Amino acid sequence: MPEVLKAPLTVEFPFTRSLGPVQSAFLTGLRERVVLGVRTGDGRTLVPPVEYDPVTAEEIRGLVEVAATGTVTTWAWNPAPRRDQPLDTPFAWVLVRLDGADTALLHALDAPGPDAVHTGMRVRLRWAEERTGAITDIACFEPYDGEQGELTGHTGEFEDPVTGIVAPARLDYTYSPGRAQTAYINALAEQRNVGERCPSCRKVYVPPRGACPTCGLATSEQVEVGPHGTVTTFCIVNIKAKNLDIEVPYVYAHIALDGAGLALHGRIGGIPYDQVRMGLRVEPVWTEGARYPDHYRPTGEPDADYDTYRELL
Amino acid sequence: MSKEPVAVVGIGQTKHVAARRDVSIAGLVREAARRALDDAELGWADIDAVVIGKAPDFFEGVMMPELYLADALGAVGKPMLRVHTAGSVGGSTALVAANLVAARVHGTVLTLAFEKQSESNAMWGLSLPIPFQQPLLAGAGGFFAPHVRAYMRRSGAPDTIGSLVAYKDRRNALKNPYAHLHEHDITLEKVQASPMLWDPIRYSETCPSSDGACAMILTDRAGAARAPRPPAWMLGGAMRSEPTLFAGKDAVSPQAGKDCAADVYRQAGIADPRRDIDAVEMYVPFSWYEPMWLENLGFAAEGEGWKLTESGVTELDGDLPVNMSGGVLSTNPIGASGMIRFAEAALQVRGQAGEHQVDGARKALGHAYGGGSQFFSMWLVGAEPPDA
Repeated sequence: MPEVLKAPLTVEFPFTRSLGPVQSAFLTGLRERVVLGVRTGDGRTLVPPVEYDPVTAEEIRGLVEVAATGTVTTWAWNPAPRRDQPLDTPFAWVLVRLDGADTALLHALDAPGPDAVHTGMRVRLRWAEERTGAITDIACFEPYDGEQGELTGHTGEFEDPVTGIVAPARLDYTYSPGRAQTAYINALAEQRNVGERCPSCRKVYVPPRGACPTCGLATSEQVEVGPHGTVTTFCIVNIKAKNLDIEVPYVYAHIALDGAGLALHGRIGGIPYDQVRMGLRVEPVWTEGARYPDHYRPTGEPDADYDTYRELL
Repeated sequence: MSKEPVAVVGIGQTKHVAARRDVSIAGLVREAARRALDDAELGWADIDAVVIGKAPDFFEGVMMPELYLADALGAVGKPMLRVHTAGSVGGSTALVAANLVAARVHGTVLTLAFEKQSESNAMWGLSLPIPFQQPLLAGAGGFFAPHVRAYMRRSGAPDTIGSLVAYKDRRNALKNPYAHLHEHDITLEKVQASPMLWDPIRYSETCPSSDGACAMILTDRAGAARAPRPPAWMLGGAMRSEPTLFAGKDAVSPQAGKDCAADVYRQAGIADPRRDIDAVEMYVPFSWYEPMWLENLGFAAEGEGWKLTESGVTELDGDLPVNMSGGVLSTNPIGASGMIRFAEAALQVRGQAGEHQVDGARKALGHAYGGGSQFFSMWLVGAEPPDA
């Protein structure tokens, strides 16, 4: 069996967040070098703060300042920091209960090695030099054996509060289309459309999925379809899509290749957009080195009769 | 042993808008949940379980947001679960919650669905650049527009039907204080003059992108007896699914939709939906889906749905009002959109729909679909409890 294709897939997006009153105060506080928690109905102080009391479900808004010193409640050593983590040298992930708080905050502890870290150790917050109102305004924590940090007496009211943040997200995958689609993609490189036939319903899937979704059976019998096909339905696209270098208007069509059990999607060219019609007979137009046909163009054959493609819309 | 009858005793939603920058996601869901509790005159302690739904996590990029929303929804120490069925999720979520009551697992359940589209990028979330695959050549409307053309070909409907639906739904939205779009100067001419985006779909025939949440309190007979306002009773509910693309798929009138409706009607004893149902709130993100779903749901014969729209039957004062709230065309926080449909059906039979109330509505259908016409969820609610 030929080798199955694989390629990296990176999913990356800068999400925005509206903070609401409590997170707004917390992050604005960090910008101003103040750590704020909230007071719950039963008198505990939660850091980082939440908007709703975990016990009573009541809205909580009473902000309380806590110290920038605290105690490690548990930890894990990170020997190989990854991109965008708080430190680029090995460090400990720690939960720190800041002095004055009843809950612990997750952050990084700058320590020379795991032997230098223990539960119960005293630590101090290290502020980032550039602060914008984000959790990264805390650069990290560091070991500390001095007095408890002093409070500034801040009320949590700020001029120019931070109300939103951008939270970039990135996921790195290795993607494989699997056996059936690998065979399809390899055949496309030879400008051939090769699908697979279901052993039960006999329908040909192009692209093949390795199984028939209707019958639930694995497929393996390869069948070449096309190259001619029929436009079964379409729309005329009048707005330019991002990342697509196609002049508008253009026609986006469902095309049933001859012998295929369902339509695939493609662009129609070689004909004015307003003359494209259901039933138009088309063939693929390839460009050098492309993985897919650039578009489909009329073959000049008479239009297909509606009844021949009405199940393939 | 028969099922426990399920009653809707509380409904709450946010004022749907393009961007709620003043609240976090927690603050948004809280607002809808609090309004539903107030409607039912209940407190957090009266709720036994929470069932929540939203569109895929990629939309806002918060993985499993239900975990952090437990505090905001009073779910600490209670069962909380999340339902995933793409755009139909608001409906499916309500049905999962209803089934917990019907099975007597819980007495009173809070169910809620939301989307904060302003913090999201739905188009990006749905079309990741998968290696080796041909990029999709059009946006969401481009995906659905060929199906609309197929419907027009099959039914012979005049080109104007889509604009009639949009004009109606936007006018209905003017009567609904929670609707996102309030186009006070809307005219049919304006709809018909709006730009053609994905021919045959015009700009004014597409849904907006909204921030919003919708919540309902579902309860058993005992809970309904204590309710301060008339409940809506669930008379039938069902879900069905099928692949987005498969050989033999009827994208114009999917089999899963027909089967789902037939199941609901069987449960509710509906022999003739056109005659027996007083109002319908269905998921119409592009205007042409109104006549398409009218056929799929059995309100008209195949190819005849557009005639109901054209003759005014689906207007608010028509014989079979459709999308009294203004519909998805006027409000679309994707994850919540299905539940808003279900909630509107319940509001109607409770007589609580305000200016968009259908006089004498006794039975109403709520409908949702999602994915590429892949998931369907529906419920039928009535002013009277089901027969014992």
